[in-house]
Parts: sequence; structure tokens; C-alpha cells
Amino acid sequence: MAENANQQEKNESLTRRRFLKNSGIAIGGLAVGGALGSLIPFKDKTDKDGVKTEQKAENYNLALMFFTQQQFRMVEAATERIFPADDNGPGAKDLGVAYFIDHQLSGDWGFNAREYMQPPFFKGEKVQGYQGRLRRREIFDIGLRELQNHSLKKFEKNFIDLDEEQQIEVLTDFAEDKVQLTTISPSGFFNMMRTATLEGAYSDPLYSGNRNMDGWKMRNYPGSQMAYTDVIDQEFKVIAPKSLKDHLGH
Amino acid sequence: MKSVAKKLPKVDVVIVGVGWAGGIIAAELTKQGLNCVGLERGKERKTEDYFMVHDELRYALRYELMQDLSKETITFRGNEKLRALPMRQYGSFILGDNLGGSGVHWNGQTYRFLPYDFEIRSKTIERYGEKKIPKDMTIQDWGITYDELEPYFDKFEKMAGISGEENPLGPKRSSPYPTPPMKTTPALEKFRKAATNLKLHPYNRPSGNLSEAYTNPDGVSRAACQYCAYCERFGCEYGAKADPVVTVIPVAKKTGKFEIRTHSNVRRVLKSGNKATGVMYIDTTTGEEIEQPADIVVLTSYVFNNVRLLLQSGIGRPYNPNSGTGVIGKNYAYQVQKGSATGFFEKEEFNTFAGAGALGMVLDDYNGDNFDHTKLNFIHGGSIAISQTGLRPISNNKVPKGTPTWGKEFKANSVKYANRMLSVGGQGASMPFKHHYLDLDPTYKDEFGDPLVRITFDFEEQDRQLAKYLNERCIEIMKEMGADLVDPFEELGPYDITTYQSTHNTGGVIMGADPDASAVNNYMQMWDAENVFVVGATAFPHNSGYNPTGTVGALAYRAAEGILSYRDKGGILA
Repeated sequence: MAENANQQEKNESLTRRRFLKNSGIAIGGLAVGGALGSLIPFKDKTDKDGVKTEQKAENYNLALMFFTQQQFRMVEAATERIFPADDNGPGAKDLGVAYFIDHQLSGDWGFNAREYMQPPFFKGEKVQGYQGRLRRREIFDIGLRELQNHSLKKFEKNFIDLDEEQQIEVLTDFAEDKVQLTTISPSGFFNMMRTATLEGAYSDPLYSGNRNMDGWKMRNYPGSQMAYTDVIDQEFKVIAPKSLKDHLGH
Repeated sequence: MKSVAKKLPKVDVVIVGVGWAGGIIAAELTKQGLNCVGLERGKERKTEDYFMVHDELRYALRYELMQDLSKETITFRGNEKLRALPMRQYGSFILGDNLGGSGVHWNGQTYRFLPYDFEIRSKTIERYGEKKIPKDMTIQDWGITYDELEPYFDKFEKMAGISGEENPLGPKRSSPYPTPPMKTTPALEKFRKAATNLKLHPYNRPSGNLSEAYTNPDGVSRAACQYCAYCERFGCEYGAKADPVVTVIPVAKKTGKFEIRTHSNVRRVLKSGNKATGVMYIDTTTGEEIEQPADIVVLTSYVFNNVRLLLQSGIGRPYNPNSGTGVIGKNYAYQVQKGSATGFFEKEEFNTFAGAGALGMVLDDYNGDNFDHTKLNFIHGGSIAISQTGLRPISNNKVPKGTPTWGKEFKANSVKYANRMLSVGGQGASMPFKHHYLDLDPTYKDEFGDPLVRITFDFEEQDRQLAKYLNERCIEIMKEMGADLVDPFEELGPYDITTYQSTHNTGGVIMGADPDASAVNNYMQMWDAENVFVVGATAFPHNSGYNPTGTVGALAYRAAEGILSYRDKGGILA
């Protein structure tokens, strides 16, 4: 047993080291994420002696445009089950995915603004795609309410109070259409949340997810580089990521 | 429609839609002194727009450069018994918008269709007999041969600066590619080696992303590609990717004879007898209806609107799928993209985050009639290629079959294989069938109240057999490349408009030598309206196993020559 525990500890420290190596960032031996991640470098300032000093500022984007606090907590928990923290690095929660989804729902995407939403609405073949009258923000409202209802029915607890395995069970029921709903497709809602989770994990940090580019670092994606002319014909090499912010030249 | 509010002075030529076809026509005609007006429904675009272009969410997933579907879309059904429903969200294909059209967001993969394509019916019968062609497959010869079209391919490639090397199985060329092939990558070399071992004939894909700085015959200079990996669905911030905005449009503008009016959405081609008199469009910034009279009308919008404009304007004979008579809307075809193979590598990582839209290694051993179909239940074939367009992280999370789509195992595998996955893709040709066509939807309307185009299309046994065959070939190559795990074959299934496949929609205003069976002659001139030219992939009687733009470009140069000669002589060109 002791040997196993030692081995496990060794593995954990190895994998954590691997993530730190990949991310290249550590504060007091901890990977940046969660609350620490909200303190992001805001602007490089050059003082009068020409020495660069880094200013820190609060990230004021960590507030809500659409969700209620309860909805936000539910999305945070659900997306973490979809994309959990592991040896590779942070999960949806620490990447800021719930903020990303909240912000997206308040804009064009949430309103299906650039999609054809004219009547008449008919149920079609699966291959004809989404034919509903509801917009994404309405689907999220309904879907989260139903997620809560299903949790209460199945486990007599709020979704956010369920343990991980129970949350996975509830989400699986949605993913596999095992919940009877009249208004929305349970799997349609689940898939929308799954897609949005990946978008939040891997889009430019500009959109409030992929905090600190940790999503990219986890898979050694270099983000937004201007050119790969020197490496295109070479073997794989890890390149420190850049975001769109780097192109603006503050 | 209200009575006409404003009528403008007549011009020589009005061009509807300023993308590749419209831009090429404008450049060629204005060089010869014709006054052209280009009506573009979208806004202006320029290289500086792409300063923040490395944004997968905004461009690839929120469709920044694409047509706003809330204003206009298409409807779709698998067969005539079903009710067509609107494509409410993007999926199977994406529609370009604004100046340059789809020519801005393309990848730059630039092929010449095969000699077999242009004479597909004759050559198929010649080799296999008439019985080889299924009853409802409406393939027909194009009314032009490869040799006749060769000079126009050459012209397009020199204008765009296509980077490439001789295709060992390719048809004869009058000159080599204007620029050398792009750099290759370890993944591409793996494909080359495997294909060579299998006695196949790989070559560097002809690319519209410049391998080196280039000045074209019009005097336009462009910089080399930086392999930044943001091509398809994106605009090029370097101007290295050939697109109409950085090639032909400035040439036309420089003559002082090309006026582009953006935010001008054409709703009708106006006619008197069997000639067009001009077009009617809406200034979308004011809502004003405007008539633009012209001696010659050239339709160069995307496939769907070329067809829609003709049907709405009562020009040409609408296709009737029951009798097979009529031509407008006939032979809608697409692309068979699912004959591919995905391989996972345990011991190697690849720099597939880098790339360019047209960077790839391709082979034509299984394309066209380059192989014997005697014992096969399909005709034609497809190109097979490895592409290194740049694997962006939101859209590329391939995991081995059997991995769940979410949760711990999904995350672990998607991260593990992020740089350890390669795919070899078959791009299958799409044959036309009697019951695949475009017409006007009886129910759904665009923002002006005009009917949307309706697509009636599904995959056929031909497509299922072809996908399976290409998939088997791709798996052979992938195994030879040393993949530790190769995903098994998946049936093609019915055509599904929700998953991205290809923006290679073709047909509807097809070319040919017979006025009864085609809408335009081999100068893209309408048989039924001699001063109307319809240019684009609408003219394809079927779609080949290649990307269409090279052939669209060649046909546009051919059409420009036809328009100039019509301007001098009049009548139907021969």
C-alpha cells in the first residue's frame, strides 16, 4: 500500500511537472488557474529608466451578462464534467468556460442573430438540421431548469450539490435522450453545451475562456503566431503560445 | 415589386457578384475598354481587415466572412416526397459574402479538371459501354475539351501565381506552374514515401498560397505565404493567398472603367423579348430600388443565386425533374468527402498546428478514369491527399473510435492525440442524377420576400460505392504511413446538411453543345438570352474529384473572351 501511495505521489508530481513545463508558468509551485488566473497581466509599462515593469489589474470580465448565479454554478459544474481537470491541466471551470458561455449567450450567438429564424416551423428529418423556434439563450434557460428538475427527481438534490458521479449520470441521461422533455431536445441541449465547452476551452482568451492560454498550453497549441515559415518543414517542437492581444502592440 | 424608383444611365456590362468570376470578367473586359459596373451585395473588403484574423471562434465557428443566413439561406430535402426546410444554421457548406465572395475564404487548392471530365459521357461509353451509366445518372459532355480549355487554365494559374509541380498522371500543360511548390512537412513526406512504396504517384498540391514572392502578368505583386495556418474560412493578412481582392479587382479598377457598388443586392434580371435589358437591385443601405440598364448582363454570384436570379426573372427554361426537360436548376451536384482515413500515432508528434490552406500532397491514381472501373459499381473517382491546413484546437479533437465524446477519457485522448493524428482524405467526384436539382421554394422567403432556392439532393449508390472504395485506398496509405491505429470504415449514410463536408456546390446552369440539354454554350452564353452570360461552377454538368476553383477560373477567362467577341459580332457564339 505504502509503495502504491508513493508511486502515485511520484506520478502526480511527474504529471504536474509536465503541465508546469508545458504551461511555463508557476506561482509558488501551483499552476495558475481559478482565482489566481483572474489576476492577469494587464499591460507592460516602461518606466522612465526604460525598464519594463509588469502591471497587474483585476479582470473585470469575470462577471455575468446573462446567467443567474445559480445557472452559472450549474454550467460551471456541468462543463467541468464534460471537460474535467486532470493530469494534463485545468478543466472547464478553471479555464473560465462558464464565463465564456455566459458572454456568448448575451450576444449574436445567444440570439441566433445570423441564422434563419423565420416561420413556418416544421419538424424535419434529422439531416435537415435544427428547425426549432427557440434561440440558444432560451434553450439554455429551459435546459438548465430541466437539468435541475431531473436532478431533484433522480437524486432529490440540486444539480450542483450532487457528487461527480451523480452529475455524470444526470448529464448522460440528457446526452442519450433518456429524459422526456416536450420543449427542447435533451441531447440537442447537451451537445450545444459540449460544443460551447470546447469553444470556451480553446478560443482566444479574448472571449473569457482559455484562461491564461492554459487550454492551448495543455495541448501544445501555439495560438496566434504570425508565421511558421521557419518551422513548417521541421519536426514537432513546442512553441510558447501567443494570443491576439500580442498583435495589438499596446 | 414596386414600380421602378430610379433608373441609371446604361453601361456596357453589368456584373452581378464580384468574386473570382466577376473579378476576372471585370479585369478582362475593362482592359479592352468596356465600361463595367459590378454589383456586390456585401461590403468592401481589404487585406487590412485581417489584422485580427487568427481567431478560430470568430471566423471558423461564428462565420465572420459568410453570408448572414437571417437574411437569406437555402432550403433542402433529400427527395421530392419530403418537405424542404430552411438551412437555419451553417453545416455542410458555407456561403461567402462581401467583396471577393468565397474567393476570399477559400483554401487555394487549385486543380485543372481532367480530360475525362469534359467528355465524361463519351469516354465512359467508349471504354465500358452505355450500360455502365445507371438509368437516372444524367452525365453529359461539357461541349468543350481539356485541350480547348488549357490556355484558360494557364491564364488563371499565371494570374493567381499557382505554386506547384508537374502531376505525374496529369494532362499536358503548355507551361509549368508559375511558382515552385510550397515547402513540405514531415507529415507530407510520410505520405509521399508511403504512396511511393505503394507504387502510386504523389505530387505537391497546386497551391494558391504563394511559395515565393510573385509578380503576375498584370503587374500585381504579392508576398509569400507564411504558413500561419489560418486560410480556410479566413482572409489572408499577407495577401499571399490568391483572392480576387488582391489580384483581378485592382487590375479592373486601375483602368478607371470598373465601378464597384457594394451593398447592392440584385433581385431581378430585366428583359425584353429574349434579351436582357439590365438588372434591378436594392441599395441595402437605403432600401431603394434601382434599375441598371446594360448591353450585357453577366451573372457571377455563387451557384445558388445564379440559378435563383434566372428562375425569378423568367430567363431560360426551368428544369422539370419528371420529364427531364428544361435546364435551369438541372444537374445539381456536390462532392463525396467521406472516403477518408484517420490514423493515430503513439510515438510521433507532428507540427500540424502550422500549415497553409493548399499545403498538401496529393495523388490521382484513383481519380477520373485513371483506373479500371470494369468490375466496380461506380464511375469516376477522387483525388486522395494529405492536407496540412493547420489543425485549430476547437475544431480538431479527433479521438480513436470508441472513446466517449465527453468526460475524462475524451479529454485525455483529445489532448494526447492533438498532435499525433493525421488524416488522408478522398475527395470524390459527384455525378448528377435526374432527381437532383435546384428550384424555387414554395414556402420560405428571403429578407425581400423573394423565394429561397430549394435543393433536392441525396447520396446515391454511386456515391456510397465510391466513398467505400476511396476509404479503402486511404486506409492502405495510412497503414503504410505507420499509424498505430486506423479508424475503421464508416458508411457514407444519407446526405446530411448539418455536418461540414465541402463548399463545392455545382450545376444548375450547365454548359454543353446541345441547347436542349444545356443552359449555356462553351462561352457561358445563354442559349435562350444571347446577351446574358452565367459564369461559375453553375456551368459544371457534374463535379470532379477536385476542388472547383481552378476550373471556375478557366471558364471565367473563356467567358470573358466570349463576351468581347459577342460585343463585336453579336448573336450566339460558335
